[in-house]
Parts: sequence; structure tokens; C-alpha cells
Amino acid sequence: MKGLPPVLITAVVLVAGFALCALQFPNIASTRVVGNLLTDNAFLGIVATGMTFVIISGGIDLSVGSVIGFTTVFVALAIERWGVPPLVAFVAILALSAAFGAAMGAIIHVFDLPPFIVTLAGMFLARGASFLLSTESVPITAPVYASVSDFALRIPGGGRLTAIAIIMLAIVIGGVLLLRLTRFGANVYALGGGRATASLMGVAVGKMTVKIYMLSSLLAGIAGIVFSFYTSAGYSLSAVGVELDSIAAVVIGGTLLTGGQGSVIGTFLGVLIQGMIQTYINFDGTLSSWWTKIATGVLLFAFIALQQGLVALARPPAAKRAGAVS
Amino acid sequence: MENSLDPAPSLLEVRGISKSFGAVRALQEVDFTLRAGEIHALLGENGAGKSTLIKVITGVFPRDAGVVRLGGEEVAPRSAKAALQAGIATVYQEVNLLPNLSVAQNLFLDRQPMRFGIVREGEMRRRAKALLTEFGLDIDVAAPLGNYSVAIQHVTAIARAVDLSARVLILDEPTASLDRHEVEILFGIMRQLAKRGIGIVFVSHFLDQVYEISDRITVLRNGRLVGEREIASLPRLELIRMMLGRELAETTSARAAVGEHKAREICASFESYGKAGYVAPFNLELRHGEVVGLAGLLGSGRTETARLVFGAERADGGHARVEGAAVRLQSPRDGVRHGFGYCPEERKTDGIVAELTVRENIVLALQAKRGLHRPLSRREQDEIARRYVKMLDIRPPDAERPVGLLSGGNQQKVLLARWLATSPRLLVLDEPTRGIDVGAHAEIIRLIRELCDDGLALLVISSELDEIVTYSDRVVVLRDRTHVEELSGEAIDVTNILAAIAADGAAMQEARA
Repeated sequence: MKGLPPVLITAVVLVAGFALCALQFPNIASTRVVGNLLTDNAFLGIVATGMTFVIISGGIDLSVGSVIGFTTVFVALAIERWGVPPLVAFVAILALSAAFGAAMGAIIHVFDLPPFIVTLAGMFLARGASFLLSTESVPITAPVYASVSDFALRIPGGGRLTAIAIIMLAIVIGGVLLLRLTRFGANVYALGGGRATASLMGVAVGKMTVKIYMLSSLLAGIAGIVFSFYTSAGYSLSAVGVELDSIAAVVIGGTLLTGGQGSVIGTFLGVLIQGMIQTYINFDGTLSSWWTKIATGVLLFAFIALQQGLVALARPPAAKRAGAVS
Repeated sequence: MENSLDPAPSLLEVRGISKSFGAVRALQEVDFTLRAGEIHALLGENGAGKSTLIKVITGVFPRDAGVVRLGGEEVAPRSAKAALQAGIATVYQEVNLLPNLSVAQNLFLDRQPMRFGIVREGEMRRRAKALLTEFGLDIDVAAPLGNYSVAIQHVTAIARAVDLSARVLILDEPTASLDRHEVEILFGIMRQLAKRGIGIVFVSHFLDQVYEISDRITVLRNGRLVGEREIASLPRLELIRMMLGRELAETTSARAAVGEHKAREICASFESYGKAGYVAPFNLELRHGEVVGLAGLLGSGRTETARLVFGAERADGGHARVEGAAVRLQSPRDGVRHGFGYCPEERKTDGIVAELTVRENIVLALQAKRGLHRPLSRREQDEIARRYVKMLDIRPPDAERPVGLLSGGNQQKVLLARWLATSPRLLVLDEPTRGIDVGAHAEIIRLIRELCDDGLALLVISSELDEIVTYSDRVVVLRDRTHVEELSGEAIDVTNILAAIAADGAAMQEARA
């Protein structure tokens, strides 16, 4: 129901774009390419899911890219240098990133600060901390990494659905259900509609803010682990700018940057669109990879303009009248 | 729920509530009693303390003294949410619901029917539908609330409040943005709820509606309780007197004694000046050395008249003349150019710039009038600021202090100084004595007279009738956005003003008797 028209437009853009790509490079329309696309963008899909919750609630989380970077370094060092079992390292980093997000949410609520500033500070903090751990790229050689990388479900047509792609899909589905079917999800929309009003209506605004940023950071932590599987290394400079890619995916997916409306499924489509552009550029071979950014930029402009148009149309005439009377 | 014993038991009892904001005493020992199943109007002019009382009852503001009892039990909610849980719900003029959520979600936010941690959407919609049907609404509850009119949003807010087991429903100016038909629907719902035993507090400044719907009224004035009456036995004149008149000391115009000065030069005149839906066309002459008072109830068109005169609002008919020459007043800039000054009622939002110093605030209008290419030198600024701080006795006499740190009375003086610095020929003052303490009150009134003696033309709005009577040479009375009466000389007294405001024949008789 909510935000469906923008989502439909995103879906149309994706299908049309994919059809165009397939016309030029018939090989694109194969399960192998689609499987790779999911694998390559698994970490982005995961953080963007978290970002969707944050943005619908009227906030923003700039720290996620840095949290991914920190996570990869932490996991690599824990496993390779400190001799911690991988599973323990994962649990530790997820607890750490969840606590980090909760702290940011608490600061935003208690001191009534703009999320932009608080998470910007969080971004510098997490990035700085990862440099503190190691400035070098740390390769991960643990056997579990090899086996996870090898694991994949064969899909007809020669494609492979890798473990990290499966994790991403599971998280996207989980995100859809959480946002759509639970009280938590309804409260996220309520916060985006107006914090003061939501509070008057009985929503525990403080708790919700903490939980939302905790969720975003936790998903960034998971994305970091996924990223470390993807690259088999931990590097403090990894995932620079991913916060912006994920914001772009959320907005292209039809979520209102001012909050209150949006969907996880739209965000997923937004991630796929970005992946599709990347794939196209790889196939073309002559284009610089920076064309991905340019195409993403153009799409972003188009979607923001579209949303403004829809918002203007959706404003009820009654609101205007009430304004005129007083 | 309803008790058949007569009189109905009191549901909400408020006793001895006091509340101060800094030095301003917003409520002083106010009592208020609401019975189960009655519609009780809470009346008073701007600043009477209605909103403060509601906010104290619902826990938005902490109270300084007094008790609130609900059904005999003392309650002290510390937030609107806690008040709601206790059974006191408030619906404000601006609907406090979420336009982006569906109607059903708005009704059941944070208390949706659940199963296994999942919201039962279908069940929620069914219940929402059933609830709204009770209120005579048959709408698609899955659509976003923002798609519906303000009236429907109001009813939704009321339905939510009532469904949250409200025993007391406070409606703050619920009819202000509704049309006649929507008001009827709302009144129907209010009567129905009252029958169920819910106590309804109805805040409104539409007296016709108050008479139509209320059982009893309570009037506040300047933060004090004036009285509580049965509406059936309360003539309208008496009600208005409660709202406006103080002890009704028979003050007569101090200026009337001076005699009428017909010979005074006309400063500005307005002929069938007006704007459709804003103020009905009026004729108004403002003379040098004369104070014209604007009297009327809240919403009667006083501020609207002032804004038209100043040019803050564009007239759609009539002519304006300044010193005999025809002029067009289309913006505040035009007003300033013709030597008008305007001190609005909302000092904090429309007037002073709290962060700037006294000096900067004083030179603001003068600098704007001169234009940016002719800046006032710091020496000139200091000189001007010093002169007005001394002349108006602004305290503390420190021109470099941010205005936000001054008391209300001194802020008002800074505003006055700002316009006086532009050497105006006409000054419009909207409620110049609102929210300032008694001492400063007298001083502002003294200033008004002095300015007038210096040949300035003044147009002053005030809800304080004895105040208006004291300083006005003429008084224009407004009702329903129309200038209904102009009093001058000996005719200026509180009784006559009240009679003109109430303006039904019988009331007039009674007033003279």
C-alpha cells in the first residue's frame, strides 16, 4: 500500500534497463550473471535494508560504510592474529556494532541532535578505529572462509547462488516482514510521519530511535562479515562511500528521504539497478567504471524529482484550506 | 456508567491550580469542575489561560500548585501519554495524527491486534471500520489519513481518543477549520458521546457554537477563574462581560474630558476598505494626536483591521488616503514608506529578534527604511539607542544586551522604540500590554498618551476594556469581522462597548438598566 507507485516505477526501470542490456549483450540474460550480481551486491543489499528503516523513520545513518570497514579489519585480526574462533569473532563484532548503533540512537534522542551530525561523527569514529587496528590489508586464510566461498546452490542455467547472496536475500525478506507486519514496522512509519505526534500517540520514541539505529549498525556489521567473505581480507579502507551507495539505493527504491514512506522491496530493486549498471559497464569493457556513479547520479535526480511531484500531488486540498483560514 | 442522581457527579475536579512562567503568572488558583455526560465550554480571551489550564491538566506542563481529581481519585499525569492512560484525551485544532499512516493504523497505533508478534491487519481494519461507523463515518480505512479532509481527521482523532477509554475529552478549538456542515456532524458526535457519560471540555471562541452545544461554561480571565455558569440562564451580554470586563469600574474616557477635537488634522483615512472573507469593508479616520481603540472579542477582526491598515494584508476594495493623498498599501513596505509603524501581538515570533541587542533591534526598522546603501554609522546607532532607552525607560539601560533577556514589558518598549525611531505618523499597537506585569502596564499606557500628545496618530487593539476606555478618543467596536459601532467622547465606557459587542436588543436594554 504505502509507497507503491514509486516502487512500481523502480521495478519498471529495472525491467526496462535489464531488457535494454540484454538486447545489447544477450549473455547478460543468464542466471550466471544474475547470480553474480546478487553476490557482488550482497553487502550493499544488507546495509541498504537497514538504511531503509532509518530513512523511513526520518533519520539518516552515515556511519554504515565505516562500520563495514571496521568489521572487516576486526574480523581479520581476530581470526588471524588473536586466534579467536571465527564464530566467536562474528558474535563479538555483531554485539559491538549493535552497541555502537544503539549509542548513536541514544545520543540522537537524548540530546535531540540531528542524526546527520551524530552518524557523521560515528562514521569518522569507526573509520578511525579501523585504522587504529591496522592500516594494512589483512588476508583471512581460515578454513571456514574457503568453505563458505565454495558453497553455492546451483541454479538452472549455470548460475550459482552463493552463501552471501543467500544471506542477503534472507535479510531482505526479513526486512520486508519486519517493516510490513510488525508493530515495530508501523512505529518506524509513525516516527517518519512526525516524532512529536508519534510520541503523543503513545509510541516510545526514544526506545524506537535506539532500536532503529541499532538495527542499521547490526546490519552494517553483518554486511561487514559478508564483505570479508567476499574479499577474504580485512582492510580499513574497504567500503568507503558505501553509506552513500545505500542511501542512493533507498531513494531510487522510492523511499521518501524526508521519511514516512518507503519499502524494503523498493530498496532491493534499487540495489539491483545499481548492480545492473555495474554489470553493463563490465560487459561493455570500454567504459570507465565511474560511469556507474554517473548513471546512479542521473537516476537519483530523476527519482527525487519524481517524488517531489508525487508529494505535491498527494497533498490534500483540505490541508491548504486549513492553512488559509487561520 | 451514567449516574441518574441529580446533580450529575463531578468527573473531573480541578482545585487551586497555579502555574507561572518565570515572572508571568499564567494561572492563579483556578478551579474547574466537569460533570460526567456534560459539554462544558471553557472560555476566555487570548492569554486568559485556557491553553495553559488544558496543558496543566494533561500533564504537558507541570503545575506549581493545586490538585486534579478524576472520578474522585487524584491524578498527576506527567505527559500527554500518561493523561491519556488515565482517561483524559485531548484533540487539538491541528490534528495530532500521522497523515502518512492509514486511518486504521492511526486508530490502533501501538495497540494493534497481534498474533505471534504480527499485526493482524485484517482484524485491525475490521475494528477500525466498526469504530468509525459508530461515528457516522464510512470510509476506506486502509487509505492514508492524509487523503481525507480535516473534518474526517478530527473525527478520527476523537474516535481514537474515545476508544482509548477516555472519560474526559478535551476539544481545543475543534471547529476553527470546519465548515458549517462539518460542525453539525461534530456536534452530533459530541452529544452522542456526552450521552454515553463522557465529560467533554469544549474550547472555542465562537459564542454561537458555545450557546448551541454547551451545558455549562467556565470563564477564565488573565489566568484567574471568573465564574462557572449554566448556559441556559446566562445572557450573552453577561457572558461577554465575564470574558472582557474586569470589576466593571465605571471608568470613563480620561480623554473625553479634554473634549472632542474635531478640528484635528486627518492623518490617514480608509473608505469602504476591506477584504472578502477577512474584514468587511469599513470606514476609518485616524487623526493626529488621537488614539483610536479597537475593541471586540477574539476573532472579531481587530488584528485583521490592523494588518489591512498597515499593508501587511492587501485590501480588495476601497480607498486609502494618507494626509489627503490617495495611496496604495500592498505590503508592509508601503506602510513603512508612508510613515506607519506596527507592533504585532506576537512579540516573540513577529516582532523582536531575541538574539540581537537592544540597539540592533531599535535601529532595525529605521535602517530598513533608509535602505542598505545608506547604513547608519555605529555612532548614530548608539545615539538613537541611548535616546530611546532613556525616553522609554528601558531596563536595564544597557543597549548592548540581547533583547531576549529583557522582561516582556521592556521588550514591548524596544518594539515601540524601533518604530518611534522611524518618526512615524501613525502607529498601530496590537495588544501592547499583553503578558507584561502590572507596573509596566501602567507605563505603556502612559507612553501611549504621551506619544499621542506629541501629535502621533495611534490605533490600539486591546482586550482590556477599561484600558481602552482610559486612553481612547474614539473606540471602534468589531463583531464577526465587521465594524459595528464607533463610540466617541462621553459615550466611551465599558457598558456601551459590551453592549455593542453583544448587540442584541434585549441585552442592550439590560445593560442600560
